[in-house]
Amino acid sequence: MSAIAMLLVGLGALALGYRFYSKFLAERIFRLDPEFATPAHTLRDGVDYVPTNRFVLWGHHFTSVAGAAPIVGPAIAVIWGWGPAFAWVILGTIFFAGVHDFGALWASVRSKGKSIGMLSGSYIGRRGRNLFLVVIFLLLLMVNAAFAVVISNLLVSTPTSVIPVWGAIAVALVIGQLIYRYHVGLLWPSVGGVIALYALILIGSMYPIVLPDAVFGLGAKSVWILLLFLYAGIASLLPVWVLLQPRDYINGLQLFIGLGIIYAAVLIASPDVVAPAFNTGLPANTPSIVPLLFVTIACGAISGFHGMVASGTTSKQLDKETDGRFVGYFGSVGEGMLSLAAIICCTAGFASLVEWQAVYSAFGSGNVTAFVNGGQALLTSGLGLPANLGATVLATMAILFAATTMDTGVRLQRFVIQEAGELSGFKVNTMVGTLAALASCLALAFGAGADGSGGMLIWPLFGTTNQLLAALTLAIISVILIRLGRNAIYTIVPLCFLLLMSLYALVVQLGSFYASGNWLLLGMDVVILVAALWVTLEAVMAMRKGREGASQGGRAEAEEG
Amino acid sequence: MSADQPEDGALKRFSEALREFYVAPYRRAFAQARRDEEDLFMLLVFAESLSIPNPSSYYTLEMMPVLYERFHDWHRRMGMERSPLDHVSCC
Repeated sequence: MSAIAMLLVGLGALALGYRFYSKFLAERIFRLDPEFATPAHTLRDGVDYVPTNRFVLWGHHFTSVAGAAPIVGPAIAVIWGWGPAFAWVILGTIFFAGVHDFGALWASVRSKGKSIGMLSGSYIGRRGRNLFLVVIFLLLLMVNAAFAVVISNLLVSTPTSVIPVWGAIAVALVIGQLIYRYHVGLLWPSVGGVIALYALILIGSMYPIVLPDAVFGLGAKSVWILLLFLYAGIASLLPVWVLLQPRDYINGLQLFIGLGIIYAAVLIASPDVVAPAFNTGLPANTPSIVPLLFVTIACGAISGFHGMVASGTTSKQLDKETDGRFVGYFGSVGEGMLSLAAIICCTAGFASLVEWQAVYSAFGSGNVTAFVNGGQALLTSGLGLPANLGATVLATMAILFAATTMDTGVRLQRFVIQEAGELSGFKVNTMVGTLAALASCLALAFGAGADGSGGMLIWPLFGTTNQLLAALTLAIISVILIRLGRNAIYTIVPLCFLLLMSLYALVVQLGSFYASGNWLLLGMDVVILVAALWVTLEAVMAMRKGREGASQGGRAEAEEG
Repeated sequence: MSADQPEDGALKRFSEALREFYVAPYRRAFAQARRDEEDLFMLLVFAESLSIPNPSSYYTLEMMPVLYERFHDWHRRMGMERSPLDHVSCC
């Protein structure tokens, strides 16, 4: 089968989803009102609440939610064949992620821009808020550990990316200075920054940097993981304008360029998909497709993290309520497009089925590396890039996404630790908070498996937690809809499906962690399982209460939010 | 955004959109940093009143009236429900 066919069917389905399903949701379910005064206007403060042009806002929303996860998940999941991964990404984006992101944005806009965490407090109660904090902490912990491992694997497998990845820090530092100190307009630093980044990629592709096999008795991957956390720790302590802000910005631009490059390469190269639609010759020890597919691909099909972004920052900047359809729903379509690109790279970028099977020889063996190698073949045949240049471009792209998430992740984790410390009566200073965050991530990255291989083992657990967060958000949206007396079936069906799959996946993984004697991950699994049961219970109770509230005229109250 | 402006305007608007793209996610961080700095300044100005010896009091005295308005928010942020100063009765 031609990859172009897959691309067109996928994009076509997403376009139909946006054209019809999001319109249906906007008009019938959420009933967006162009006259509604959004929080960006009513609470305008020039800081959090600022009415923003919808294209700029979409750009923000999309670049905040898209990272390495929509690449890693599909790259692992195509082991079951391209069919299931493709179907879950496309249908998930249309019927799960779109509703979830759009709904979270709508719910927040109708509640004075409150975040999902706050909303879970007001719709589920104080327990809801605590539950939310627990899930968030687990999510941050796992994302930092998993991404550190993803990056270190890529730095070892694609040594040409070492120079551009670390050089990008210098580019960001220069841009930050130019803009903050010299108030230069944004256009030229942006153009210059992108050119500098690609020049570094070119230089890197000529000078690969390989670490010696053992440094102080540590393998190359372990050294990279330590260096990454050292960097993330320092980056999270610096004032944001120095590094994080320009880095985020350049990555945002790079996301659009990267997506463009991949799609152009696929269209020109017109490769054939060599991977089977359904892999019948699964390697030994591959977990069952149900439920693992649905937690391996979280971002790209549905991810709770999006709800946090939609309700945390995006909702405070929405100019008109009707913009929510474009910003929220199309934001998740953008992420689906990134995942679709990842699926194509991982299934069509190989010369033959045998070669593909060699890469996907065990569950988790073909992850982002497969994306880089497969994508490289596409860039080479489509755009005529030299082989290692294509790989460098893709590896750098994936690493930069993951690294920005880590920078922010460590910073957020520090806030959570400081807040938890304050609640229990300790004053945790910035340094101690950062060290505690780093220590917990390192413990997880190394504790779950030697040489940091634990990071990949926790990927499905990370996905499960992400789905739990999505379920919590969907539960809140459903409660609001029920209270308003509207049809909540479009959020309740995805909610039930997600909870079912998450619980099922946790039980399955519990068995496999027990069998392999991985006690750390077993413990994590149990904690997440408890959280999952808790979410389920709260969701059911809140909805039952919501139904009573709706019949007792709670409608007006909910309308006022 | 209207599309009927000359070329130059389009480029300028694009540059402005980029600036918004750059600035918006960090507005809160900047506002917080600015507030922290102002809190420190507030402490310097009101140091003597709070019985913290401050050699620059003579010079900062004339700043007091300017800062009075913000004093209420400040003492609440610092964890004091009521005004700690007898001569500032904001609440």
